[in-house]
Parts: sequence; C-alpha cells; structure tokens
Amino acid sequence: MKPFLLLFLLIFLLSSLAQLWLPWWVIIPICLGLAAWQRAAAGWAFWAGLLGVALSWWLPAAWLNTHGAELLAHRLATLLPLGGNSWLLVLLGGLLAGMVGGLAALSGAWGRGAVSA
Amino acid sequence: MLRYVKAVLALLTTVILAWVLNTKQGDVPPVARLLSPYQGFWRNGETATDFPAQQTLHLPGLHQTVRVRFDDRRVPHVFALNDHDLYYAQGYLTARDRLWQMEFMTRVAAGRISEVVGPKALEYDRFQRRMGLPLGAANSLREMLKNDTTRLVLESYSAGVNAYISQLRPADYPFEYKLLDYAPEPWQPLKCALLLKLMAWDLSGRSDDLRLSNILSKYGSEVTRDLFPDYPVREDPVVPVGAPLAFTPLPVPAAPPLFGAAVSGLVPEREPDAELGSNNFAVAGSRSASGLPLLANDPHLQLNLPSIWYQIQLSAPGQNVYGVTIPGAPAIIIGFNESVAWGVTNVGGDVLDWYQLKFRDSTRREYWHDGRWKPVRRVVEHVAVRGRPDVLDTVLYTHHGPVVYDHDEKPFNAQTPVRHALRWTAHEGANEVLAFVKLNHARNYADYDQALRTYASPAQNFIFASSQNDIAIRPNGRFPLKYPDQGKFILDGSDARQDWQGWIPMSQTPRVKNPERGFLSSANQHSAGPDYPYYLGWDYAPWDRAHRINEQLATMHHATADTLRRLQNDDLGINAQTMLPWMLAMVQAGGTPVSQTGERGGSLQTAVLQTLQGWNYHYTAKAVAATVFELWYQELVRRLWEDDFSRAATGLEMRYPARDRTNQLLLNQSGNPAASFQGASPWIDDRRTPEKENVHDLLTASLQFTVDSLTRKFGPLGPGWAWANQKSTDINHLAQLPGFGHQDIVCPGSPGTVNATGARNGPSWRMVVALGPQVKAYGIFPGGQSGNPASRYYDDMLESWRTGQLDELVFLRAADENHPRLQAAWRLEQ
Repeated sequence: MKPFLLLFLLIFLLSSLAQLWLPWWVIIPICLGLAAWQRAAAGWAFWAGLLGVALSWWLPAAWLNTHGAELLAHRLATLLPLGGNSWLLVLLGGLLAGMVGGLAALSGAWGRGAVSA
Repeated sequence: MLRYVKAVLALLTTVILAWVLNTKQGDVPPVARLLSPYQGFWRNGETATDFPAQQTLHLPGLHQTVRVRFDDRRVPHVFALNDHDLYYAQGYLTARDRLWQMEFMTRVAAGRISEVVGPKALEYDRFQRRMGLPLGAANSLREMLKNDTTRLVLESYSAGVNAYISQLRPADYPFEYKLLDYAPEPWQPLKCALLLKLMAWDLSGRSDDLRLSNILSKYGSEVTRDLFPDYPVREDPVVPVGAPLAFTPLPVPAAPPLFGAAVSGLVPEREPDAELGSNNFAVAGSRSASGLPLLANDPHLQLNLPSIWYQIQLSAPGQNVYGVTIPGAPAIIIGFNESVAWGVTNVGGDVLDWYQLKFRDSTRREYWHDGRWKPVRRVVEHVAVRGRPDVLDTVLYTHHGPVVYDHDEKPFNAQTPVRHALRWTAHEGANEVLAFVKLNHARNYADYDQALRTYASPAQNFIFASSQNDIAIRPNGRFPLKYPDQGKFILDGSDARQDWQGWIPMSQTPRVKNPERGFLSSANQHSAGPDYPYYLGWDYAPWDRAHRINEQLATMHHATADTLRRLQNDDLGINAQTMLPWMLAMVQAGGTPVSQTGERGGSLQTAVLQTLQGWNYHYTAKAVAATVFELWYQELVRRLWEDDFSRAATGLEMRYPARDRTNQLLLNQSGNPAASFQGASPWIDDRRTPEKENVHDLLTASLQFTVDSLTRKFGPLGPGWAWANQKSTDINHLAQLPGFGHQDIVCPGSPGTVNATGARNGPSWRMVVALGPQVKAYGIFPGGQSGNPASRYYDDMLESWRTGQLDELVFLRAADENHPRLQAAWRLEQ
C-alpha cells in the first residue's frame, strides 16, 4: 500500500506541475518513468497512474467549475451531449486522462520488469 | 520475450489512446485537449476578477495613452488622442470580445471554411468564391488603401487586432478555436473588406431573374406584366411621391427587344431567405416634444450569438461618436454623435443580374459578345481543405463577371442559373469605410451629403437627423443606369445593348430633406414613386411595415424617445387587417363553414372563426388568432398559386406573385359569391383538378388544413396555440452549436409587423436617438457585448430585448466624466 501511495502522490504532483507548461500528454513519460523507477507492481502502477493523473485533472476542473467556467461547462455538456451536467464533464475528463496515465504507468512497470528480468 | 511484448503492447496502446484523444476525429473535437483544465475550455471561464476595474495594458505601436471606460453592459468608451490610437484601440477591444466571430465571418466571406471544418464545407467555399466575394473585397480594398484616411483606419484597426492575437497562448484562445481545433491567424485590412461583402451578399445577393424568365417563357409578357408588375398596387415609397427633383436626369439607355432566355430546368436545393429587412424613421422637431428631431433604427438580420453588432463609443480630436458596428469592421455603422444621428435599412433595388452566355465551343475559351468572339479569363482558386490536399477550382470570367456555375457543376443555390455570368455591384471597388468614417465626424446635413458619396454596396436607406433640426433620407448606393425592366429577367450576354451602361450619378439617387409632413421612414419598400426618372428594380418588401410606420408617424405630436420605442415594438399586422375581414366574410358566405370531418370538426371551426373575429390584428406572444391567420393565409396563397407557379406542378423553377398583387386578385378579382363567382380570375381554379374551384373552396380547404394541422401540433384549441409557440423565435450560435443559443423565445411580432421578429430573423439592434443640446440615446440588441459563451455578458441584454425595453446608452463627453453606470477604467499605453 505504501509504495502505491508514494507512486500515486509523485504522479499526481509531477503531472500537475508539468501540465502547467507542457501539453497534457506529458503525463505519459511521467507515469511511465515514475512507475519504472519505483519498480511498482503492474496492478498498483496502473491504479496509481489512473488516479494520480485523474486527480491532477479533477481538482483544477472542479475548482474552475465553481469559479467562472460553470456556464460554459454547462453549455459544453449540453453539446457533447451529457445532459448539461458540468460535473459529468469534470468526471469524464479526469477518467480519460487517467486512462492514459494508468496505461503509461503500466507500460513503465512492465517495461522495468522486462529489462530487469 | 513475452515480457517485452507485453510492455511494448501496453506502451503502444497508451500512445494510440493519447493520439486519438489529442486529435480531431471528423467532427469530434480533440477531447483531451478540449477537456484539459490546463489548456482546454475550462480556461475560458470568466470571473469578476478577470475584468479589473483599473489596469494599464502595454500595447506595442500605440502613439499616446488611450483611456477606456466600461459601463455595466461592458460597452467600451474609448478616448484617444489621435485617430491611429482610436482605431487601434477599437481593433484591440473588439478582438478581446469577439475574435473568433470576426475571424470566422471573414472566412465565411472568403470561402475558407473547409480549412477549418474539412471537405463538408467545400461546396460552400467554392460558391462564395465563384460568386466573387473575395474578388469584390480585393477591389474595394484597393480603393480603401488609396485613400489616406481609410488606409490609416484599416491599418491601425488591424494592428490593434493583431496586438491582441499576439498576446494569446493556446490556452487563452477563444472557446470555439479549441472546439474546432484551429488557431487565429493575423488580421489584415482585406478582412474588413470581406465583411462588407458578406453584408452585400446577405442583403443584395438574391435574385429572381431565373424565375421571372421561366415565367415569361411559360406565360408570356402580358401575364408577367399583370402578375409581376414593376410597381405595386399599394405602396408608400421611401421618398414620397412628389418630392422635388433637384436635377436634370441623364438619358436612359434605349431598351432592346425583350430577351427570351433559355428555360432552365434547374432544380433548386434551397430557398433564399427573403425575410431580412429593417426599419428606420425620423420625426422632425415639429412633431417632437423637445422641438428637435428623433431618429430610430432597427436592422433585421439573422439573430445569432455572439451578437451581430458590437457597441462602442469612439472619441478622438474631431469626433465623439457612439453606436454599433460589425465586429471586424472599423468605425461606427449605425449611431450618433453630439450633433447628428443616422441609421440604415436595406434597399431592395436590383443590383445583381445574370447574363446568358454563348460559348464558341465546349472548351469555353471564348464567348460571343457585341459581334465577335471574346476571350474567357480563367482564374484558378486554391481551396485549402483540412486533412486533404488543396482543391483547385477554375472559374471563368467574362467582362460581365464570373460564371458562377459551369455546366457540370452542382448548383448550390437555386437562384443561381447555370452557364450564366454574374454582374453585381458588390464586385465593384468602392470605399464604404470612408462613408462611415465621415458620418462618424458629421456635424450637419452637408457633412451627411458629402459622406454618402463613396458608399456603393450594399445599397442602404440612410436616414439622418441633426440638432440643426434637419431630417433626411436617401436610398443610397451605386445603382446601374438601366432601361426599364433591365435585369428583371435573364439578360442576353452577347448583346452589348443589354450590358450595364454606366451608373446613376451619386447626386441623383432618390432623396428627400425636411418634408412638409414632418417625418421620414423606410422599411425596405420601393425607394421612390413612379415620378422618379430611373428604373431601380421591381421587387421590394411588401408595404406592410412601411405603411404602418407612416400611419403611426402621421399621428405623432410631442413625440419622445419612448414614442418611437413603442413604434419599434408595434405588432399590428397590416396584412391581417387587410385580408382577414374579407376571408371571414367569404368563408361564411356559403352559410355555415363547411366541414369534411363531421360535427366535431365543424364546431371546432366555428370556435376558430370566433377567435379570429375577436382578434385586433396584434401579433402578441399569446395571440391564438395570429397563429391561425398566418397559417390560413399562407395556405390560401399556396392553394391559389401552387398549380400555376410551383415546380411540383409545372416542372419549372418559378415564384409566386408578390403579396400585394395576390391580395388584389383575392379581394377584387375572385368574383361575387352572390353571383356564383361569375367572372372570377381563371388563376383561382386549380387547373390540376377537373372541377372548377372558386375562392370559397380555397378558403374552406385551407381553413380545414389549418385547423387540422394546428390541432395535430398543439392539441385542442387553446392557449397552446399561442403565436409565440407557432413562431418559435430561436437565436442560435453562429456555428449552430446546441446549448450555445436560446430556443423558443417568447416574444411578440412577426416578419410583417414593425417588430419584425420571426423564427430566425429579427431586430438585431434597436436604437432611438433624441437630438438636443445634450443628445440622449437608447439601444439594445438580443445578446451581449462578449462573444465568450462563459461570460454573463454573452447574452445579458436578451431579456430587455425580448420585452421591448431599451437601455439608455451611456454617452460620455470626456474620459474622466463621472457616470453611475461606469464600472472600469483602463489605460492602454505603449
């Protein structure tokens, strides 16, 4: 559990920081590298990547959804269509990015396993 | 080995998933980039702190400090110390609020939408180019850059827009760029010219030449003259009949024999929107409470969000003007200053003609004109298409203009005949921007007179009022000097006598100043009466709005701004007032109303007729009778003309006679029920049936249809049949994005009433100006100043507009003037 928490936190912090300046897909090298470096077990790596990255989206999106972007989010959630529910948009965005993060971390864990075997 | 494969496969899946989420897939936006809270749409939110009450912005290229005040509608009030800085600031501030809209509109005009949305817009882009919008814009730009004033205006404005664009990082791009996945490009003066051509297309790009030629060839010239006359039975022209003519007219070219154009079997794909129009009116001091003139204007355009218009106050040495402009066009288009006010409505004059061409052979390299073969010029258009190689399109040009459609092209617009060249005033270079800049500076009638001389297209009824107690109106623009009926039908492109032979001098356009009656108005009706010496066209908007406006103005004494506001919101239907009593009398002439569906239908019809009888002809939002009358009348007209003029019945693309001629036929030529409709016009009979129908039959059948279809749509007769439900006014986002507009707005009015609010079109800006020692003005548009759908200023004016209210416009005399509605003060500095 402890290694999972550490990996999750590292992914969350580094992803949040890096995305301030770099495109969102910078989460791929971050998750991959951190999972490999931490020698995480595949299952833990996936969940740490998914939740770490998802949280790096959920938190700022939830903040913006209550601070200025709620009207636009509601309109976009009507367009997409998600029934106008902006919180679904928050959830969905984080899950999509989280999927990429989780898979990247999984690749890192498996890659490290393959190299060190 | 398996471990490696597993790891590589996982990585591959990751990369592919990331690529899919990062890329626009067909119409699906790049989901991850759009939804990212770091770069995506979340960044477009707007909070109160995003709009500081005080700040200094440093902008490269400004010469001196510009001060900008914002009022509680977010209208910028710009105080500059020189013209360069004034238009620079206008460009910067407009882009700040409307960048995506202004850039998108110029792409629409230029035929460059495929670049953004891919191949689905290709036909549209080709059409815009073949119609010659970019050509006309390039011609106008040349004129505008030749003039020192307009060159400065356009270049400063563009520099201001570009100063804003260059500040943007992708995370700051307006929302629509993120959704459609593209980036803003640098602004150029050409884009300003393109916007004017787009207006010309909206307002003068329609033509019935093809339809009239088909009618002429099927029914002959006598019928055509009878049913499609050059001047309506009822009319109340913009320049009243008898207005003094202060010039000696030029000789008009001799009319060659009428050309029998080839009948076109062209199948239409869509009907053009004929509903666009506008009102403006002015009352002289003799009719106002203040003793000084009042002026009102409400241009009717398609209602979209972001709003079509942008309000701004522009002040610099030599001018202090307030009004609206189209985002992307510098200066003020409709507005006022301390001395004068002006407004515009569209002129329905015929400034677009089609010439049937005779090519030498199938290579189409030469065409016959004036007794010899002349070379066809070929211009290759490069249409960039997203995700595809460029599409090359060769457009043929004759001296008339472009061949909009070549023989094997798929026609996009039914009104565009195949193998014809287009002659259109919008192709001419002219300096409309100069006219607006001069109007912005105008202090009196002489300045107005001077300003209008360079204005060509789209021709507008420029109404004017000044604090010197002058009122005036002028259907103004470049009008070809035509022989009567020239261009009513397809013209012969090989006969030099049928070419346009020059122009009506700008000093001889119809005009009137300070008429005895003390008021002036226009509502897209005929520019002048039969006493005007030149032919301008035959097909104008029905007289309904014009008649109602003049009728009301004639009763006005001690008028105030609010009197004019109420007239702008007038919803009395002149057509209903004219026709409904006759329709009711005639349908009941045969005794009880006939029903084909038995007792229940019969009593329902009786109830419906009672509703109609009690109606006062006002198109209020709740009026049930308005719903019934509109559909009943529309259905009656369809039944009257469908057998004679519809494509379904005749195989030819034609049109119905105009409303006033239709009404005249129904009222005066449909026979007397007491005499069994003896001597009724043969047009009334449905020639597709063996029986001989009379007008009673048409009325009964169309009423039956109306009642049935309204019952199906809204249930039993009751409040559900309210006019607002039937009309269903929608204001949609410019890119038709669901969730970004307003649907089913409950508001009064109809296209035929002064408050011309229809399903998609309506008053896009309502303005009333009271001239005086301290000018006071009022205005509203259905939307807001901001183009950002996240902002509350995106649509904050909609509710006032819906209920017919106007805002008092904050007009400042100085940059540091105090006003309770001012909220922010910015400085723009080098």
